[in-house]
Formats: sequence, structure tokens, C-alpha cells
Amino acid sequence: MELLNSIFIKPFQDMVAAPDFLLQVLWEGLVAGVLYALIALGFVLIYKSSRIFNFAQGIMVVFAALTLVGLHEKGIPALLAVPLTLVVMLILAIAIERVVLRPLVNQPDIILFMATIGITLFLVGFGELIFGGENKVMITEQLGIPTGSFTFEPFGGFVSIEQKDLTAVIGAVVLVAALLVFLNKSKMGRAIRALGDDHQAALSVGISLSTIWILVWFIAGIIALATGIVWGARAGVSFALEVIAYKALPVLMLGGLESVLGAIIGGLAIGILEKLFEIYWGQPLMGGNTETWFAFVFALIVLLFRPQGLFGEKIIERV
Amino acid sequence: MLYRTAGQFKTSYHADHALFPVKQDAWLLGIILIFAYAIIPMTASEFSFNALLIPVLIYALAALGLNILTGYAGQLSLGTGAFMGVGAYACFKIITAFPDLNIVVAIALSGFVSAAVGVAFGLPSLRIKGFYLAITTLAAQFFLVWLFEKWGWLYNYSSSGAIQVPNIKMFGITVAGPNAAPVTQYYFVLGVVTLVTWFAINITRGRIGRMWKAVRDMDIAAELVGIDLMKAKLSAFAVSSYIVGVAGALFVFLWRGAAEPNLFDIPLSFRVLFIAIIGGLGSILGNYLGAMLIVALPVVLGTLPGMLGIPIQSATVEHLNVMIVGATIILFLVVEPHGLARFWQIIREKLIMWPFPH
Repeated sequence: MELLNSIFIKPFQDMVAAPDFLLQVLWEGLVAGVLYALIALGFVLIYKSSRIFNFAQGIMVVFAALTLVGLHEKGIPALLAVPLTLVVMLILAIAIERVVLRPLVNQPDIILFMATIGITLFLVGFGELIFGGENKVMITEQLGIPTGSFTFEPFGGFVSIEQKDLTAVIGAVVLVAALLVFLNKSKMGRAIRALGDDHQAALSVGISLSTIWILVWFIAGIIALATGIVWGARAGVSFALEVIAYKALPVLMLGGLESVLGAIIGGLAIGILEKLFEIYWGQPLMGGNTETWFAFVFALIVLLFRPQGLFGEKIIERV
Repeated sequence: MLYRTAGQFKTSYHADHALFPVKQDAWLLGIILIFAYAIIPMTASEFSFNALLIPVLIYALAALGLNILTGYAGQLSLGTGAFMGVGAYACFKIITAFPDLNIVVAIALSGFVSAAVGVAFGLPSLRIKGFYLAITTLAAQFFLVWLFEKWGWLYNYSSSGAIQVPNIKMFGITVAGPNAAPVTQYYFVLGVVTLVTWFAINITRGRIGRMWKAVRDMDIAAELVGIDLMKAKLSAFAVSSYIVGVAGALFVFLWRGAAEPNLFDIPLSFRVLFIAIIGGLGSILGNYLGAMLIVALPVVLGTLPGMLGIPIQSATVEHLNVMIVGATIILFLVVEPHGLARFWQIIREKLIMWPFPH
């Protein structure tokens, strides 16, 4: 009885009793969710256009952030370092297409998946070799991101919203909007979607596979840089950031591997729910740190009811 | 010449499907076993036991378990590390609860615990497929490692949160713990590995193995010809997790000597997956070849700069190591996506033909 009470009644009583704290938790969850959604978006783009499950997306975030900070440390002004980092990401995209993807066209999915894990290891070693393994500070102020915080006093309580988090949310919304416009309106964007629908048909109307793959990996690189800046501003830049890539996986499952919308909604849902669970159930009942697995278990339960995720394409199987 | 099959006639269907249809294969296996059981233990140094031989055997065993699930039954799993952890913690609990129990029995029992957990996490595979399933196995990975950390009962509430292997004797000889001699441990592991491999070869050749392969190639078609998918998938999860659990118990008790929860984290899972894939999915031999490569590569890379007289800091070596392992994986996948086992097959076919071109 005591246990049931602490599971089903007390958390909600706590929420009602301190609505300002609940708002704060929701905001924190939302910001985390936006970042998960961004990483998941990088996955979805690559999966849609090439059916590659790109495990390296997480390390690309770290690599982009490290390159940016590293370039700045070499004395390059911050606003110049950003385009230079983008150039590095473009070179990376071209190299990956040339060296890894092109020879592996038409191999089974699992082989390509393993190859992206190989890329992950390579980039970890390469990044540490060049930039060192220690934790670095993101150049938040140099990039012109405000660092103060707003405070509100709703319900007679106290809620604080950091300006860099707000910038992150706005930046993410702008980025996603731009991406959607690009995918739906531009010629290249349509080519990407065509390739996602049917490889052979797309090739036969003259869409270049290798160009599109480079483009898609480059866009994933841009998203990685944006995520890296925002997450780095919150937690510092180090290879520990890699773990957030794992967080994007349940987001993908929840949203469906092919759905841009699913990635966004899944990211927000998981960001908010895991924070709520951690604060109201995890810490009082299970000794905390439930964030490492909650998203996976939640996605697993949803998948049991919808095996293709919430927004994924319906899986049709024929013999 | 060496592999000439001329003159080896098969007069019955049974003989054609024997374990070694070509006599030379049996000879080769015999030579390898003599090497493993007699020559290597006599010549190897203590360092090579601990850094090469024992880990190769244990990793190969874990990869064998994963290969049964992924290579034979077609269910991709990313949670191998956690299931090794289940085996290790179960063995620790059994050993500390019944100190007089024979360690072989304890390890065999801990495999069953791991198998039960594996079946529980395998249940979603009945509905979820492909990459979606792979990510659900990550749920097992993260949840179990969290559990190892938070559930004090598992490590007997020790203050460090780690499990320590006590000195364990079997028939008067210390086989595990700080006092055990590497040679004894090597023989122990080798014995277990030989036994499990023999079991795995036969189970994958038989009715169950064919059932798994049918499910791997296309599960709907398999269902239509009358294979019970639930039985096939769950039995694959059970057998695979059993072997992985035994490997986990050996990993801690016969090699590491102590373990913290994060030892079983995702890098371990990936390492085992690399071995299975580089070795070759759907092959038993491949696990051993893959394990040799993945275990030996860092050791070789670590000693190489010193031998060549190039002064490099150890941190740099570490980073280069990770980088080269990553590059090697990509290289192997590009050169031969079906793994090292396929290389051996090609060589063997060439040898049978040799010296004639056709």
C-alpha cells in the first residue's frame, strides 16, 4: 500500500504542490529533448536517403565541437572558425563517401552499420590525437550567445530559464524549419527524398547517388555542429558527449526511423518524460540515475504496440 | 596437394553429411588441438597467457554466443556486454552463497540465470525486427548495467561496488582468484571453450540450427513452412545468452579477477560484435579468428613503437590504437564483408584445386 502510494499518488501530489518546480523540470526536459531531436534528425536524414543506420552521428557532434574549439584555440576568431569547421565537416563527408560508403554499396545493412561503428572509433582516436582527450570549454561568449538567465515567478514560485538554453531552442527551431524548407522546396532536397523513396528509380532519372550522399552527410555534419555548440555550452566539450548519441536511438525508435516529424516529436517526448521520471520516480524510489535507461525502456514498451514506431512507415513484408 | 580430396569416396548420404567430409579437415583440427593443449602451454610466457591466450578464448566464446543469435538466428543484439555481466554477477552470488560448490557447477548454473534474462529481453523480438530490435537490446544493456550499480545485493553491499574473486580451489588446485597460476586458468578456460564449441557446432548443424537459419533468412517464410517462430527465436536467445553468460563468468573469474559495473558497458558489447562480424557471421571458426585479431591488434600496436625505437607517449599510442582499430574494421569490411572465415574457405578451396586451375 505504501509502495503503491509512492508510485501512483505521491509524485502527482508533489507536482501539484510545487508547480513552479514542475515548470522548471519541464523546461529542462524540453531543452534536452530539443537536442535529442537534433541528433535524431541527423540519423533520420542519412537513414532516409541511404538506409544506413549511422552510428557515427554522436561522434560527429563531438568532432564538430572539438574542431570548433580547437580552431579557436589556434587563434582563429570565433565567427571565422564556424565556417572553417563546416569546411572540415564537408571534407569528412566526402572522405566517408569515398572511402567507406562507395565500396560498401549493396552490402547488407548490418555491414554498413558496423562500418559506421568503425568510423566512430576512428574519429574518437583521431580527435583525441589532434585535440587531446581532456575536457574543453565551449566558446559560448565568443560566438555571441548570451549567457545570463531570465527568472519568472509564476504561482508565487521561482523558475529560471538560462538564455543559452533559450537560444538553443530558438536556434533548433530555425534550423529544423530551414531543413524542412530545403527538403520540400529545393531541387536537391527533392532529390534526397526521391532517393529515399526508391533508389533505382531515382538513379534512372539522373540523380547522382554519390553527390546526394555527400550532401546528406554534410547536412548531418551541420546539424552535428549546431548540436555540439549547444550541448557543449551546457556540459563542456569532451568525448563524454558521445553518450548523448545513444539517447538519440530510443528517440528514433519512438518516432520511426524514416520520419523527420517523428524525430522531433520523439525527441521532445523523451526529453521531457525522462526528466519527469527521474525527478519524481527515479530519485525517490530507485536511487536515481534512471536517465541512462528510461528512454530505452519507454521506447521498447511503445514499440511493443507499434513495431514501426509512432510515425514510421508501415512495415509490409512479403515472402 | 595437401588438400587432395581424390580417393575419398562417400557411399552413403550419411557419410556425405559427416562433420568432416574431407579427411584433411579432421587432421587440421587435431593439429590445432594438440597445439592448444600441449605445445602452447609448454612454451608460452605468463604475459602471453594473461594478455593474449586467455582473453582470446574468452572473447571467442562470447562472440560464439552472439554469433548464434545474430549469425544463425538473425537477431541483431547490442547488449552482449550486459549479458556477460549477468553471468559474472550470477556466478559471484552463487560462489559467495555456496563457497563449497565446485566452480564448474557455479559457472554452468550462472549460464542459466543469463539465459533466463536473455529470454525475457528476447520476448520483444517476436514483434520487433531489424534495427528496431537492435535498439531494444540496448535497453537491456543500459538497464542491466544500471542495475549492477544500484542493486547492492548483487555485489554483497561491498563499499567499492565492485565484485572481487576469492581464491577458489577445485580438486586441491587453485583455479581462480589472485593465487591461481595462469597455466591452470588457461587449461580451465580451454576446457570450457572446447566443450561449448563442440556443443555449438552440433546444435547449429542439427534440426534446431536449421530452424534458426530458416528464421534468419526470412522469418515469414519460415513460419509458413511450419516453424514455430516463438520457439525458434526464444531458443536462440536462450542458447546465445547461456554461452554469453558463461563467457562473462569466465571473463571475471578466470581472467580479470575483479569487476565493476562499467566493465560491462557498451564498449564491451561492441568489441564482441566486432569479433563476430570481422570473424564472419554464421560461422563458428570465425569467432576464433576474429578474437585473435581484435585481442592481438592492440597488444601488437602497443609494443611496436618500442621495438622500432620510435619515442611516442603512451597516451598517443592509446589514441592511435583506437584509430587503427577503427580503420582496420572498415578495411576488413570493405575487403571481405563476410569475414575472416570466408577467407579461410577461399584458401581451402584453392588448396583443394591446387595445382590445377579448375
